[in-house]
Amino acid sequence: MTKSVLRGLRAAALTGTLVFGSHQALAAENPIKLGVLEDQSGDFAAATIGKVHAIQLAADEINKSGGIMGRPLELVPYDTQSDNTRYQEFMRRVLQRDKVDVVFAGFSSASREAYRPIVDQFNGFAFYNNQYEGGVCDGHMIVTGAVPEQQFSTLIPYMMEKYGKNVYTLAADYNFGQISAEWVRKIVKENGGKMAGEEFIPLGVSQFSQSVQNIQKAKPDFVVTLLVGTAQASYYEQAASANVNLPMASSVNVGQGYEHKRFKPPSLKDMYVTTNYIEEIDSPKSKEFYAKFKAKFPSEPYVNQEAENSYLAVYLYKQMVERAKSTKREDIRKVIAMGDVCMDAPEGKVCIDPKSQHMSHTIYLAKVDANHAISFPKVWEDIKPYWLGDAGCDLTKKDPMAQYTPSNPPPKP
Amino acid sequence: MDIATLAFSALYQFGDAFAFLVLSACGLAVIFGMMGVINLAHGEFIMCGAYVTAAAVHAGLPLPLGILAGTIVSALVGVLVELAVIRHLYDRPLDTIVATWGLSLIATQGTLIMVGSTMAGVGTPFGSFQVGDYSYSIYRIVLFCSALGVLAGLYALFNWTRFGVLARATIQVPHMAAALGVDTRLIYSLTFACGAGLAGLAGGLYAPTMTLVPTMGATFIMEAFVTVVIGGADVFLGTAPAGGVLAVVKSVMTSWQGQLFGQIGLLVAVIIVVRVLPKGISGFVLRERT
Repeated sequence: MTKSVLRGLRAAALTGTLVFGSHQALAAENPIKLGVLEDQSGDFAAATIGKVHAIQLAADEINKSGGIMGRPLELVPYDTQSDNTRYQEFMRRVLQRDKVDVVFAGFSSASREAYRPIVDQFNGFAFYNNQYEGGVCDGHMIVTGAVPEQQFSTLIPYMMEKYGKNVYTLAADYNFGQISAEWVRKIVKENGGKMAGEEFIPLGVSQFSQSVQNIQKAKPDFVVTLLVGTAQASYYEQAASANVNLPMASSVNVGQGYEHKRFKPPSLKDMYVTTNYIEEIDSPKSKEFYAKFKAKFPSEPYVNQEAENSYLAVYLYKQMVERAKSTKREDIRKVIAMGDVCMDAPEGKVCIDPKSQHMSHTIYLAKVDANHAISFPKVWEDIKPYWLGDAGCDLTKKDPMAQYTPSNPPPKP
Repeated sequence: MDIATLAFSALYQFGDAFAFLVLSACGLAVIFGMMGVINLAHGEFIMCGAYVTAAAVHAGLPLPLGILAGTIVSALVGVLVELAVIRHLYDRPLDTIVATWGLSLIATQGTLIMVGSTMAGVGTPFGSFQVGDYSYSIYRIVLFCSALGVLAGLYALFNWTRFGVLARATIQVPHMAAALGVDTRLIYSLTFACGAGLAGLAGGLYAPTMTLVPTMGATFIMEAFVTVVIGGADVFLGTAPAGGVLAVVKSVMTSWQGQLFGQIGLLVAVIIVVRVLPKGISGFVLRERT
């Protein structure tokens, strides 16, 4: 065990020096240290390597224009290998040994819940730059990804109006999939629809013949696919080859795993996704970001929503540190409490909500057609992450360091 | 819904599970079941076959030739691995675990670094057909037939050909085979290559239906090992019935309670079979025969 840990650390340190060596030249005295714990290998790597690149891009831009308060930004990256225990090891390491000022960490919700107690324990400060199932009310965390009230409250009613009220959910069987499915159930019920069925798929499963048949048996009007990881993405090819031919709705596909680029058309035909960014978005800000990204990383297969979240998070951090004139979490949270930490991101204007420390987003409805081209039938501007605040989470007053769900809301005062 | 539709759907799901188990396992049945090398890089031979198949199809080859290319390249890689690593470890079976695990890490990470985090898919051929309320993929039937073909081929290879007899002799009593003039090193190499090639074939056959990523081998490895472990040492008499039993358990449990219970059922079945038949199904069949 100890040996394998050491080997992992050594390997990560080695790749770290190789990839990020270029920053060392800049490092002057007293840099601001940013820990980067993201999956650069393993099952989630396809969706997350772009996050690391986005953070590098932002850090380079910031360092070129004088750093943060004149201090350079130094990245301390580790490859967490799509493995929850690596997150715990490396989170302890960046907080205790490397003594970073802030950590950007995590793709899967399982990994976030694995490292979050460690951030709380060592009084760290972490950004989770990922869309997820919502509900984390923790003063040590800032979440820049979209949450269900942003992705599902927009998507599900649209789909029900367009295709019908019978909904089938196919979700990954861990906290993200289970809680997201609960959100879908809730929103479907509120809109007068009914669940034709639900199935939860263990992570790593790649064979879907029986699930395809279960869906055909239930005869839904559309399928909500909350499949995570590259193994589960095999579903689309297998469903298409069995001619399921049902519209699909998702909060994770396309925007994270660019399945429309990886699979041969038309396997993702009629897939609808709500995302706060994908590279196809045709606005000047988005084009500019995409061009900068491609100039620095020409072989990047896709610039996804998590890459944009990670990129803007670095700039948000810069803004907050400069306004607080400090890297201390409590000083930064005082700035957040003013409620005007906003920026013009590639997706549009975003602001941090002081109550939940989550972020408002422009939500794009992306539709995949038979040739796997993307169109945007609808855009919702400035959708707020309202649920936690409405349910009773107020980080400006109290920090419960907990995750809540619709069936397990914050306790009433 | 009438009986015929239900029966066909049950049969289709059984065939689908059977094909996956058998195709995942048959390469490992040769390398682990027969030769006794605990090959943790089995999934990476499968990944190699899938990647070569996809690359060949992207380069313009038709799919069957692509699958053939995947099989051949995996077999050649198998020869290299046998020469460089496995050859020195035949009398140290536990060390092969570490060595092949290392190989699998190198292969996964090497592919990630050199080819990137994903590879574009090639699309499933043949389309679909309708029975009753359900539509089915024709390619899954092709996979089932391929599994039967591979089993028949293995049976013929190891029972009816000179190579098969020499391979079985070499693996059972190597010094006696050597004394009789068999080039045992060559036979070991060829047998290992045969197992690696079968893994590559599985990868090639599944490449059109799956996500092509460096870690894809991991999705085969559990099914492959449990099939071989309960199958026992004989490639044909082990893998075929083991695949059949596990496919029934898995397809019934999955259609009844979903994927999670399919996996639980599979593993419970394995525990029961290993407890009742410690030498696997083929050990039981062969003992009954003598």
